[in-house]
Amino acid sequence: MTNMNMTIKETEQEIIDEFSLFDNWMGKYEHIIEMGKSLPMIEEKFKTEDRLIKGCQSKVWMHSELKEGKIYFKADSDAIITKGLVAMVIRVLNEHAPDEVLDAKMDFVEKIGLKEHLSPTRANGLVNMIKQMKLDALAYKAKV
Amino acid sequence: MINEKINTRSSSSPSDNRRLRPKVKGGAFDVVQIRKDFPILSRKVNGKPLIYFDSGATAQKPKQVIDAITKYYSEQNANIHRGVHRLSQDITTLYENARVTVQKQIGAKHAHEIIFTSGTTESINLVATTFGKLPSPGGEGLGVRSGDEIIVSEMEHHSNILPWQQLCEEKNAVLKVIPINKKGELVLDEFKKLLSEKTKLVALTHVSNTLGTINPIKEVIQTVRAHSPLLGGGDRRGVPVLVDGAQAIPHMRVDMQDLDADFYCFSGHKVYGPTGVGILYGKEEWLRKLPNYQVGGGTIKTVSFSKTEYADIPLRFEAGTPHIEGGIGLAAALDYVNNIGLENIATYEHELLQYATEKLSAIIGLKIIGTAKEKASVISFVLDGIHSYDVGVILDQLGIAVRTGHHCTQPIIEYFKCTGTIRASLSFYNTKEEIDELVKGILKAKEMLK
Repeated sequence: MTNMNMTIKETEQEIIDEFSLFDNWMGKYEHIIEMGKSLPMIEEKFKTEDRLIKGCQSKVWMHSELKEGKIYFKADSDAIITKGLVAMVIRVLNEHAPDEVLDAKMDFVEKIGLKEHLSPTRANGLVNMIKQMKLDALAYKAKV
Repeated sequence: MINEKINTRSSSSPSDNRRLRPKVKGGAFDVVQIRKDFPILSRKVNGKPLIYFDSGATAQKPKQVIDAITKYYSEQNANIHRGVHRLSQDITTLYENARVTVQKQIGAKHAHEIIFTSGTTESINLVATTFGKLPSPGGEGLGVRSGDEIIVSEMEHHSNILPWQQLCEEKNAVLKVIPINKKGELVLDEFKKLLSEKTKLVALTHVSNTLGTINPIKEVIQTVRAHSPLLGGGDRRGVPVLVDGAQAIPHMRVDMQDLDADFYCFSGHKVYGPTGVGILYGKEEWLRKLPNYQVGGGTIKTVSFSKTEYADIPLRFEAGTPHIEGGIGLAAALDYVNNIGLENIATYEHELLQYATEKLSAIIGLKIIGTAKEKASVISFVLDGIHSYDVGVILDQLGIAVRTGHHCTQPIIEYFKCTGTIRASLSFYNTKEEIDELVKGILKAKEMLK
């Protein structure tokens, strides 16, 4: 699930189309859980305190690298639904230039009916992860 | 100032009395009728009927409480303790009647031993802050000195840890912790060992919000009293015990004369009343010893730039315009639970707890956290290999509201070596059918998350 030739907008649309196939919540959540299983897993050595994004309840570890002007994200979470949501966000933002990551609105989450997961009270670390991805992008932008 | 003889029911109109109809018919507990009093229980969540198992976080409100608040704003609003005009006098009477209702609820000797606060957290902070200001001349007296000790337990809510931890840091004192056992009960033998002449205060929860454990508070207080003559340096007046009663008040009758607690704290919103209002009960002798907390309007007799004379208790601790509708709403809530009967509530909730314990225990891979002999209707559990957060998300999709995570009791979560628990806190408006739905929901979550 890499997005070699797709723009962020195109990947978002692809996800919106996938989710439109489900007419109930169970299908949606099963799809999220499946996506979690395909997540580029972060190596154990990167599961360090400084890569830990704290939610109140579930933990997310995230690591990024810049290669040839594009950012590569890897992550993991101790909760499987969070992991699926994290995988979905990475699928959208992975392998894009810092500027593209910074400009991404991420409003597709709302369009697939999962807006509540971006609410700060969800405490799942997803909001903080997106924030961290953008901060990383900002740091890389200064380098390139 | 405060007339303790005012009739507490003078706030009720005839229509209020009609609504306070008995809910216990022929000894049976009429949960169908009771549920009709709670408007929110008829709403849907994610397209499913709401099943609310998060009363330990905050309880839902009966219409009697909602009506009392609406009536206050539509017919009675004025500031208290100030005006000579009719509205102000009427609302002052109602507010002070609310204080008397609380006094009677917990068996306090005097209405002036009841302080209105914003909640349990503020009540504890008030005591920690003012107790910390007490002097200790020449190393004697009640004040906390370097090397002194304050005792809490491992099962406390963060709100009954942090104020004491902060006080200890400020005074270079030591926070001692009563350990718990695998069942989630206090290890009382260890507690006895912790008591020493350095002990300055004991702060303990009555009922654990995470484990449901009902602590033997009376026994604990007697133990402290028995050690008292040896405690407190040269001071023979004893070591005060503060009880966090936030999770006890909704479930059982508590009596200050029987318990002999020096301070007892609880919140309005957990006992079916409004948020933002809570109670600090303090024995008169202790409240008089404590110095001022926040000061300002309402706390004074006379003010001048050279000398201010402060009001007597309880007003000395109630700076600013209080949460008037909170106090009135809390009294309406207490009237409501008393009308059903706390004994009836306790019996029914115990039945629900036993039913839920039996049904949940039958789920393979489910482990109940907190199996104390004496429990209130709170069940925490974990599912083998599944994160509590994931279960919470799936149950939410089914319209079932539970709490997941550490429940502001991280030391408990650490003790039981889990990432968090799923907590169902049951109230008298819940039913066995709802527990069956919870069981189905957990099985569904297990299937999806395996």
